[in-house]
Amino acid sequence: MVVCDNIFYHMTIDLKTVKHISKLARISLEEKKAEKLATDMNSIFEFIEKLNELNTDNVEPLTSIAETTLRFRDDKITSKNIREKILKNSPEKNDDFFVVPKVVE
Amino acid sequence: MSEITSLTLYELIKNIKEKKISSNEAAKSFVDRAEKSKKINAYVTENFENCLKLSKEFDDKPNFDLKLPGIPIAVKDLFCTNEVRTTAGSNILNNFVPTYESTVTQNIWNEGAILLGKLNCDEFAMGSSNETSFFGNVQNPIAEDLVPGGSSGGSSAALAANLTPVTIGTDTGGSIRQPASFTGTVGLKPTYGSCSRYGIVAFASSLDQAGPMSKDVKDSSILLEVISSFDKKDSTSIDFKRNNYSSELTRNIKGLKIGIPKEYRVDGMPDEIEKLWKKGIEYAKDCGAEIIDISLPHTSYALPTYYIVAPAEASSNLARYDGVKYGLRSSGKNLIDMYEKTRSEGFGEEVKRRVMIGTYVLSSGYYDAYYLKAQKVRQLIKQDFDQAYNKVDAILTPSTPSSAFKIGEKSNDPVSMYLNDIFTVPVNLAGLPGISIPAGVDKNNYPLGLQIIGKPFDEQTVLNIAYSMEEKINYKNYITDWWMK
Repeated sequence: MVVCDNIFYHMTIDLKTVKHISKLARISLEEKKAEKLATDMNSIFEFIEKLNELNTDNVEPLTSIAETTLRFRDDKITSKNIREKILKNSPEKNDDFFVVPKVVE
Repeated sequence: MSEITSLTLYELIKNIKEKKISSNEAAKSFVDRAEKSKKINAYVTENFENCLKLSKEFDDKPNFDLKLPGIPIAVKDLFCTNEVRTTAGSNILNNFVPTYESTVTQNIWNEGAILLGKLNCDEFAMGSSNETSFFGNVQNPIAEDLVPGGSSGGSSAALAANLTPVTIGTDTGGSIRQPASFTGTVGLKPTYGSCSRYGIVAFASSLDQAGPMSKDVKDSSILLEVISSFDKKDSTSIDFKRNNYSSELTRNIKGLKIGIPKEYRVDGMPDEIEKLWKKGIEYAKDCGAEIIDISLPHTSYALPTYYIVAPAEASSNLARYDGVKYGLRSSGKNLIDMYEKTRSEGFGEEVKRRVMIGTYVLSSGYYDAYYLKAQKVRQLIKQDFDQAYNKVDAILTPSTPSSAFKIGEKSNDPVSMYLNDIFTVPVNLAGLPGISIPAGVDKNNYPLGLQIIGKPFDEQTVLNIAYSMEEKINYKNYITDWWMK
């Protein structure tokens, strides 16, 4: 992949890239699945390349479809005593805490 | 009187208000039919017992002033329902029981509706055939082994099979309109900001909208009136004056200008879709509308844009599924390993594919080339519509480039699956309202839909045109109940 002047030239997404992306996405991948994903991603990116036909140098990106500014809300607590509710779906808990595998050695 | 389950919502409300049918009788009829319709696989979670109980309670103390008095309704399993399991069609949320209610569903309970259950859908609403659901394929009631469309496939199937009088779906790139088109039903995606996204499992936040799915246009107007509301809990909810969509519904569309975009005539589109569109144009003329040729020059860039924007937003939204606070947790030798295994086991193939694409296009060095580029093209697509709406009041197109396909036919080719949404995706990118109404059948007698796209916040005109054309088209779904035999 070479990026210049905002135009991208697609090069094949190789296995190494797929593995790197899967690390970033925090999804473990078996070798076989990684190969299939590389194939799929390449066909999808080939399809996405079509956008290169367009010159968008002077176009403002559309960041929000609703042309409104975000509203402020009062800095007030609106829900109280929801500790139990929040912990209800936790896969593992200990009194009032979520439990995760040991992080600090 | 015809069977309770085949009544429209409007007819059911009328019968309940006139005390000809009780809420409990209605609930029983839908539950009985669902018990005989397991083969459709429309339900992920049934709420039947509770529904029967609540319907009895309604009958004991009825309130006929409500807009949905004691009406049993099943909804897509993407809406969080308090104390009722909500899976989003994913293994990662298989055991998730929300402790809060989505605004859209709360709105219908406030008007007297009762939850029948949660309907199957593509995993995290990512799909066009309901085949990505962790809970299995859904059968289209039209014919065996046919997909019901997606992602709201359980919803469209339940509706066409008369398992619910109406239902609510969500639409990110066509997930209400395409399944409606595939099942001979009506589906409306409202303007972005009309229906609150609070409590809806997020897919692509700048595109997601909830909307009604129904047997006819009038029913969609009744349901839209209830679900569309300004909500402070959704920062993109818009405070505009909402119509009384059902009471303002009219077939008088004389003089309205309807645009026909030439770019929607795509290569390889079957003749029957072209014919259907032409027929639709004639119907619109018969209704008194003026037909105007328009151009939406960036139409062919909509899908590539969508397949950058939607996965990018999805990869961010789905980062929350890490096995810590809720949902599935797989064991790992340390925290990172736990995250990676949880997400690997919890997500299906299509979801992984999209999270990977999204992560890639947002990753360091590629943001400008992909995401920023896509946002710029999205601007151009929106401007196309803005310019068209200087000349016309609404736009008429086919809903899909084909009728429903067979289960398994496209599941190995992601791009050919994505092409299903070619006519619906531009509407989401521009945040516009769009409806699909059944308009005819193909050579196999499978339903085909027409789409009417409106100006922002002009759901009323969209509904009125649909209502008017529906009468001329006079489409009838022929469902043989084959799955019960």
